[in-house]
Amino acid sequence: MTALYSIKKGSTVVVKQLPGGTNKIQMIRIGITEGQMVFCLERLPGGTVIVQKNRQEIAIGADLAKQIVVEQV
Amino acid sequence: MENTHQSSPSESSSTKQPEKVVLVGNPNVGKSLIFNFLSGSYVDVSNFPGTTVSISSATYKQFKILDTPGVYGISSFNDEEIVARDVILQADRIINVVNALHLERDLFLTRQLIDAGKKISVLLNFSDELKRRNIAIDHNKLSKILGVPVIPTSAINKKGFDRLDEAIEKACVGLRNTELQKLIDPLAAKTHSNAEALLILEGDEEISTRHGIPCGTPDEREIIYIERRNAVNQIMSDVEFEDSNKGKFFNFLGRISLHPATGVPLLLVILTILYFFIGDFVAQRVVGFTEGYLGNYLFEYHLKSFVGNNAGFNAEVTLLDDEEEEIGTKVYAFPSGLNADAQLAKEFKYQSRLPNSSTHFEFHNPYVKLFVGEFGVISMTVTYLIFLLLPLVVAFYLVMAVLEDSGYLPRLATMMDKSLSYLGLNGRAVIPIMLGFGCVTMANITTRILGSEREKTIAIAILQFVIPCSAQLAVIAVLMSSAGFGPFVLYSFVIFGVLIALSTILNKTLPGESTPLLIDLPIMRMPRVDNILKKTLFRSYGFMKEAGSWFFVGALLVGVLDITGLLAAFSNFLSPLTTGWLKLPSEASSAFIMGTVRRDFGAAGLFEMALSPMQKTVSLIVITLFTPCIASAMVMVKERGFKEGAIIWVGTWIVAFLIGGIIAQIFV
Repeated sequence: MTALYSIKKGSTVVVKQLPGGTNKIQMIRIGITEGQMVFCLERLPGGTVIVQKNRQEIAIGADLAKQIVVEQV
Repeated sequence: MENTHQSSPSESSSTKQPEKVVLVGNPNVGKSLIFNFLSGSYVDVSNFPGTTVSISSATYKQFKILDTPGVYGISSFNDEEIVARDVILQADRIINVVNALHLERDLFLTRQLIDAGKKISVLLNFSDELKRRNIAIDHNKLSKILGVPVIPTSAINKKGFDRLDEAIEKACVGLRNTELQKLIDPLAAKTHSNAEALLILEGDEEISTRHGIPCGTPDEREIIYIERRNAVNQIMSDVEFEDSNKGKFFNFLGRISLHPATGVPLLLVILTILYFFIGDFVAQRVVGFTEGYLGNYLFEYHLKSFVGNNAGFNAEVTLLDDEEEEIGTKVYAFPSGLNADAQLAKEFKYQSRLPNSSTHFEFHNPYVKLFVGEFGVISMTVTYLIFLLLPLVVAFYLVMAVLEDSGYLPRLATMMDKSLSYLGLNGRAVIPIMLGFGCVTMANITTRILGSEREKTIAIAILQFVIPCSAQLAVIAVLMSSAGFGPFVLYSFVIFGVLIALSTILNKTLPGESTPLLIDLPIMRMPRVDNILKKTLFRSYGFMKEAGSWFFVGALLVGVLDITGLLAAFSNFLSPLTTGWLKLPSEASSAFIMGTVRRDFGAAGLFEMALSPMQKTVSLIVITLFTPCIASAMVMVKERGFKEGAIIWVGTWIVAFLIGGIIAQIFV
């Protein structure tokens, strides 16, 4: 278990826990739910994470990425 | 309000009102192309009542077609979603445009619309790109699962558009989630609207207050959303088949634009191109021609000399040589107008129409001055709006449209996210900040896209305090280059320092939290020229329609202050502050006052004064920091309310004079 913020580029992870509130709702809408497998496409300096879910590419700001718990597969 | 919401489709069709067909979709689904096709040439763009989001509507056959902002769902997270929600609630039929390449994301909204119980049809857009990417979508099966028509289209080459009529006519209520419907039914009996009952269950506070029914808890909403998301994932595995491996989907440009090693150079290349296009080509050459020749030499001259036929004025004709050096000045006096002195008028007209001449009119009558004088409501404002601002606004919207349609804009926002997070903003704020270098007034309107009130406040404050607009940048560049390197470093340091201090203070003191960056990155593609032009045209028109009148109001206000002598009085009042505290010549105070009309006027007034390099620095610091032009102040008040607008406006005056003064006391 680790934060999405600290995963390496090129790793595949399963989302274990999303932060609460509207952020969670927005992530569900955009396509990321707890249990979803995502691939880390890029890490930007400053901590922004870009993940890929099937064909979809999603940029997640550093502060949000710190609150998302994931598990390496 | 109540009545329109409660009327069922059958009721509204019995009245004379045309049926409302609403286009709904996520951002970047090609919805605008479909709207443009249906609307033809006549489009009505209007602000949605009570908000600052504009919606377009048009007539198509017997229907009224309405466009909505691109949204991921109708959850009332921001103004755009609230507007989309309200338009959707009034819809008789919905055309839901989805991006076939992003079906997984888009179907969430589709399912929400179906659960709302509206009559819908789905347009599977970008479907011709599926083949190229070895993806197959069984649209017949999708149609069966959803229970609504699904029509493959390709908006870019108008494929499938012959079936748009069919889409509108065959729109129907889809197969709703039966479990969810059991919860909706008792509520719908009270609200008389299935859609509103759904939104109440999903925790929409506004709708629930409207009906006096308690809304669902956040947990209940989460359960509905997760179930919907899972349903969409299930649909995807049933209808989509991919020949290529899922992870292999490769988009070269998209990748290099975000890779740390290539993304930054690419960003610098793009910014350099933008600088040469906007800063050099449009701001210098195009505006030089439109403002100098069309605006001043033709429009203002003919307007003023026409009025001058019968109104008294003095004129000063300056002749310039090819290097723009003054080679002579002639002064004319027409106490009763040109018609009264035909001989002199002939000479005046000859001299003033020589190429390379510029004519300055000074009308005697204050009312004439108010309308066609140097700062006249008609003369100055028209030149400013049409011949200076419009080319810049068009250029900026054009660049925005290219960045947007190519898919680079969200990537730019992603690249800038970390830097902007220090200011209490997220990457999306790059859009208003960038536009601010074109026109702060235009940028103020764009702050609407930001996710929370606190971000809007921070962005608006940054725009008013530290971002110089293009009109002002030109003057700053000229004065700074004559002041030398040291002053330039000092100037940059001070402005940057104010930016950091301002955003830190706002970030710490404003309640709430800024929204984090969470954006979907669309596929990068070659933008369509016609779509870009249409977008640029609509937005420029929209800006002129919305902000244009404020420039007239501003000019009228300053004109009245001028002819009543209040402007001079205010300038006198400020002049001890200017000479003693800022250590500048007393005329600088009137340059500052003029800066409230148009910021570049303020700076231009400084050209005429003999200033030391440090004095130039002080005055440019004051001008940059202090109050934006009247139009931007008006638009700011409209966006943020009177109280907040007034605080920022007064704040810019205080900070400008305070910081400028401190620098003057230390360095001058």
